[in-house]
Amino acid sequence: MTAPSAAPAERSRPGPVIYRVNPVAKLAATIPLSLALVLTLDWLSATVALLLELALLGWAGLGWRQFWRRTLPIWLAAPLAGLSMVLYGQASGATYVQFGILHVTDGSIAIGVATALRIVAIALPAVVLFVTIDPTDLADGLAQIVRLPARFVLGALAGLRMVGLFIDDWRSLALARRARGVADSGRLRRFAGQSIALLVLAIRRGSKLATAMEARGFGSSLPRTWARASRFHRADAVLILIGTGIAAAAVVVSVTAGTWNFILGGS
Amino acid sequence: MSVRPAGVEARGWAFRHASRLAWAVDGLELSIAPGERVLLLGPSGAGKSTLIQALAGVLGDSADEGESRGSLLIDGMLPAAVRGRAGLVLQDPDSQVILARVGDDVAFGCENLGVDRDEIWRRVAWALDAVGLHVALDHPTSQLSGGQKQRLALAGVLAMHPGLLLLDEPTANLDPAGVAEVQDAVGRVLERTGATLVVIEHRVDTWASVVDRVVVLEPNGGVSADGSVERVLGDASTAERLRDAGVWVPGWRPEPPGRRTHPGTGAGAGASSASGGAIGAAPPAGAGAGAGVLLSATGLSVGRPGQHPVQTDLAFELRDRELLAIEGPNGAGKSTLALTLAGLLAPQSGSVVASDLLRGDNRVDASPHRWRSRELLTRIGMVFQDPEHQILKPTVREDLLVGPRAAAGGRSRRVLPSDILDRVDEVLERLRLAHLAEANPYTLSGGEKRRLSVATALVTEPRVLVLDEPTFGQDARTWRELVALLAELRDDGTSIVAVSHDADFVRVLADRRLELQAATEADRSDERFGGVIA
Repeated sequence: MTAPSAAPAERSRPGPVIYRVNPVAKLAATIPLSLALVLTLDWLSATVALLLELALLGWAGLGWRQFWRRTLPIWLAAPLAGLSMVLYGQASGATYVQFGILHVTDGSIAIGVATALRIVAIALPAVVLFVTIDPTDLADGLAQIVRLPARFVLGALAGLRMVGLFIDDWRSLALARRARGVADSGRLRRFAGQSIALLVLAIRRGSKLATAMEARGFGSSLPRTWARASRFHRADAVLILIGTGIAAAAVVVSVTAGTWNFILGGS
Repeated sequence: MSVRPAGVEARGWAFRHASRLAWAVDGLELSIAPGERVLLLGPSGAGKSTLIQALAGVLGDSADEGESRGSLLIDGMLPAAVRGRAGLVLQDPDSQVILARVGDDVAFGCENLGVDRDEIWRRVAWALDAVGLHVALDHPTSQLSGGQKQRLALAGVLAMHPGLLLLDEPTANLDPAGVAEVQDAVGRVLERTGATLVVIEHRVDTWASVVDRVVVLEPNGGVSADGSVERVLGDASTAERLRDAGVWVPGWRPEPPGRRTHPGTGAGAGASSASGGAIGAAPPAGAGAGAGVLLSATGLSVGRPGQHPVQTDLAFELRDRELLAIEGPNGAGKSTLALTLAGLLAPQSGSVVASDLLRGDNRVDASPHRWRSRELLTRIGMVFQDPEHQILKPTVREDLLVGPRAAAGGRSRRVLPSDILDRVDEVLERLRLAHLAEANPYTLSGGEKRRLSVATALVTEPRVLVLDEPTFGQDARTWRELVALLAELRDDGTSIVAVSHDADFVRVLADRRLELQAATEADRSDERFGGVIA
């Protein structure tokens, strides 16, 4: 047993630096970037952001296998979204293909490319930062740094732990339906019935959990202390600065080059 | 480390849950001196849990939870006003784990009481040591066994330094090894802290050596017996009353039910039932195959879909009119094997083959897992460990009609033949559920739910009945009824597979036993809670 003679007042994990950054900083770092990229629709801003992000990825210390597994949906979704903009986006400039409402023009190609790049540029850092968030650490941060109500944060955290139990319940419910002779037809109705049964079980589990939490003094009027301190360090501030910096660079380059295309500004 | 033990005083105390007409506890007069260790007994409905929850301060006195009369005090104060003086451990290990890591979970109560950070971690180490849970502080709580989870809950309570330890059937959901773990842990904790103990438990033996006083509660009444274990249970009429109420009184050793198949005494398990069909039992329909095998497993590997097998290369058969017990430690894959035999999971490799005797109709596939759901009904019935997973309808009667309807061909709107309705009535009667026919299955007691889940399987008269821990958490009365019923079914021609940790159950009923070895550590992959948001 790792006897905590000195209190593990703060969790320090071994491994890549990205696991050591405060989850709240990770959330905060992605906000300016997402805002900047949502406000404009041009290829240059997204490209600048993406290039800067890629340069930083190595520093994050995420394994390649984990990286590709986690980001796979982005690589699928972004080209698809881009393609649909190429085919159906607002037409302008030279027309290459026209077929019904489907038309490929200079303008729609530009929008398509900009859309695909932008999805990657927003989602990539979010996924890379969020998959390395530990829920308990996030809850500590949200309660101690952001000062969200402890009742709410800890309730959600404890509830999250039950998700695994619900998955098991769902499997058992499906098997039990087969055993009871009603699994041959009516797939939709069975799904509905099974969902209600799961809801009933979830409520029962939830109320038992609530009793267990209350029995340990949760929700009393006493001021609460925190066994794990969630603090902001220099690395956390640096991460937020980096996020802000990338956002600023994307905006400045795009405005300077004249490609800035404010989404609310009309065209 | 010792704490100041707490005393309890109840004066004319009564409590009624909101939405109930009857008082769960009424006119309770009870005082428990600091440091006393009390075993709370009584029939279900006597308000034992209500009392213990009130002491834990989790029974609000607000209108939406219920109302109380009289007084119930800890050290002369209302329980809600002395948060942390009483610590409660409940029955279900899964719903008491609050956080993802062991250390954090133990620290949770201290945080809520506003204990200093350094002091919290000192208490966490001390509490984990006291309950004998020697794992790393960041060990995932999802990977603990049932017994470990209960010790974790105990440690979480202990870290709050309660003067009163409240245990509500803390071992009812555990296997024998888990029961012993928790029992040891509680004994050690009391020795180290000197805290007052109040424990609810059906099985007196589990706590007889720990407690120094037994209090028997009566439904809607107060205390009907109070004294030392020897005095209360030594009184023949009290002991008998308790036995009828489902309490496992020490010294009572269940005997094999009046047998029609089994020649041996208790030690007979293990002998194959050579006399298999015998006295007075009608020959099963379509019987003829001499060997009388119903299911045979060859080279069988079982596991949940997409996971590593938990058992490999099993070979055995289920014979006609026998009870085959499947035993083995936690995590050995007993439930998975049961589900596979019941045709609910596909074997990962190897085969489970149903004999002609079981198939009855050779258009039916030889592998039960390929059968249609409806084809299972009259062949293999399954009783799940958690009866709530099997509930389909809002009343007991309707729930029992589901199977016969499906077996009759699914066109459920049609009026059912009277023989089916008769069959349902018969099963309701036989399992003592007739008075609950119109009740909502979710509102039944634990024993009633268990009987209902057996009834839903029996009503379609399956040739094979598979049960997963049928006696888990059951009181002595339900236990006796189940054992008698299963013996009768077997004698009447049903073959039974029962997964069980219950040594008494296996001793009195099993014709043969299949002992599974623990799966190796590497085979057990539990990635249920990866610790990340994905």
